[in-house]
Amino acid sequence: MGRQPVVEVRMRVNGVMESLDLEPRVSLLDALRERLGLTGTKKGCNQGACGACTVLVDGERINSCLALAVQYDGREITTIEGLGDGERAHPLQSAFVRNDGFQCGYCTSGQICSAIGMLAEHGAGAPSAATEHLSADTIELSDAEIRERMSGNLCRCGAYNGIVGAIREVAAAVPGEIGRDVMEAAR
Amino acid sequence: MKAFSYVSAADVPAALRAISTEPNAKFIGGGTNLVDLMREEIERPDTIIDITRLPLSGIEELPGGGVRIGAMVRNSHLAADRLIRMRYPMLSQAVLTGASAQLRNMATVGGNLLQRTRCLYFYDGAAACNKREPGRGCDAIGGFTRNHAILGASGACVATHPSDMCVALAALDATVVAESVRGVRRIPMTEFHLLPGGTPDVETALAPDELITAVELPEIPVAATSAYRKVRDRASYAFALVSVAAALETSDGAVSAVRLALGGVAAKPWRAHLAEQVLLGAPATEESFQRAAAAELAPAVAQSQNAFKIELARRTIVATLRRLLTDGSAA
Repeated sequence: MGRQPVVEVRMRVNGVMESLDLEPRVSLLDALRERLGLTGTKKGCNQGACGACTVLVDGERINSCLALAVQYDGREITTIEGLGDGERAHPLQSAFVRNDGFQCGYCTSGQICSAIGMLAEHGAGAPSAATEHLSADTIELSDAEIRERMSGNLCRCGAYNGIVGAIREVAAAVPGEIGRDVMEAAR
Repeated sequence: MKAFSYVSAADVPAALRAISTEPNAKFIGGGTNLVDLMREEIERPDTIIDITRLPLSGIEELPGGGVRIGAMVRNSHLAADRLIRMRYPMLSQAVLTGASAQLRNMATVGGNLLQRTRCLYFYDGAAACNKREPGRGCDAIGGFTRNHAILGASGACVATHPSDMCVALAALDATVVAESVRGVRRIPMTEFHLLPGGTPDVETALAPDELITAVELPEIPVAATSAYRKVRDRASYAFALVSVAAALETSDGAVSAVRLALGGVAAKPWRAHLAEQVLLGAPATEESFQRAAAAELAPAVAQSQNAFKIELARRTIVATLRRLLTDGSAA
């Protein structure tokens, strides 16, 4: 079969309206990296097994490698480049540095985007497989909860203790706040 | 990935028209399985019909006391829904043990039903697989079979169904609602997935032009005391070796209501009717649980490397029932 006609895809990426002519088979990950030059989002396994490609869509975390960009027409995308304000790092970025939340750094942008989505989910009362009582109104964000909720992000360097420490620190400092700004910006 | 054309359906009639007129077309929801299979060129559609904009994202109570779940409800929203958490906790738990949070934010209920096996021989284009190429043979038989079936397999295929959500749906007597240009059809969950027999490439009762629009759960009071237990090679983000969805109610020390289904053991979510028959009316004791598990697993047949799963399934059934008996509701 020959080359497929391109489809116009419009997305707001890190607050900037972008219009791309894409073949329908182009993943959101490749559109971000290859077409928009946003290489902060990493390609790890390219099959939804590692989480390195995690980005936020309307404030919710997804694996951009398994997303066809054409399906995200009209949506609000936030990548690692959209966090912080250029001068000051996002609180989670600073906490990852303080807590040694990485070694090689390849999984880090996915870890941080995932953690922002995770804290928003927790703030909205969503349970996890580590939640003992599904009927509870509030769920304490224990280390076991953080580990379970972050299990979609692998770290081959094994920086998990630092990653959990960074997330725990930020969650305790501003409970329920992280991720809300991204979700509100999406609305 | 092979090139394809893309259509986005605005409503159900448009989606049904598109699937009945476009040759070699497939619906796409969250894409978490289909995109991967297309990248491996196991799925090679000429046209993709995007159904994520269809108005099928609601979870609502039915007049008769049950619940209707729209096919486009995403897995994360299903698991977090208050009604599901309170009335059918095994379903929330099953969904939460599947995949990762990112994937659950993408994956839809309809798509979860249509997941294809994660048998590595199915994924490996160099291996023989009757599911991928009917008549070619099965390299899994006699190969690496740790994750393969112990119930309902055939000489043509020993693959397992990967879904956790579907195990709970089978235990809960769910109904799959499917629509096509010919009308609406309601398929009991326990008849939706098919055992391989001689045609492992035919995996469900769904016709190629049918769209899943909803899953309906009946009112099942016993489901409020239910749990899903998943045993796997790592604590999170892995497919089940064995899983158990169970609901248990006792009265005067005897089992007055029970639902039981197994995951990771067959090409379909395995409703454990034999075990349920043993349990209903029997004393709610460890001994009854053991007898029930033994009855269900009596026909089990191990592959070369998975004999441990028969014992693991037996123990997981008993442990899940014991916990429901002592702790009551998982919620």
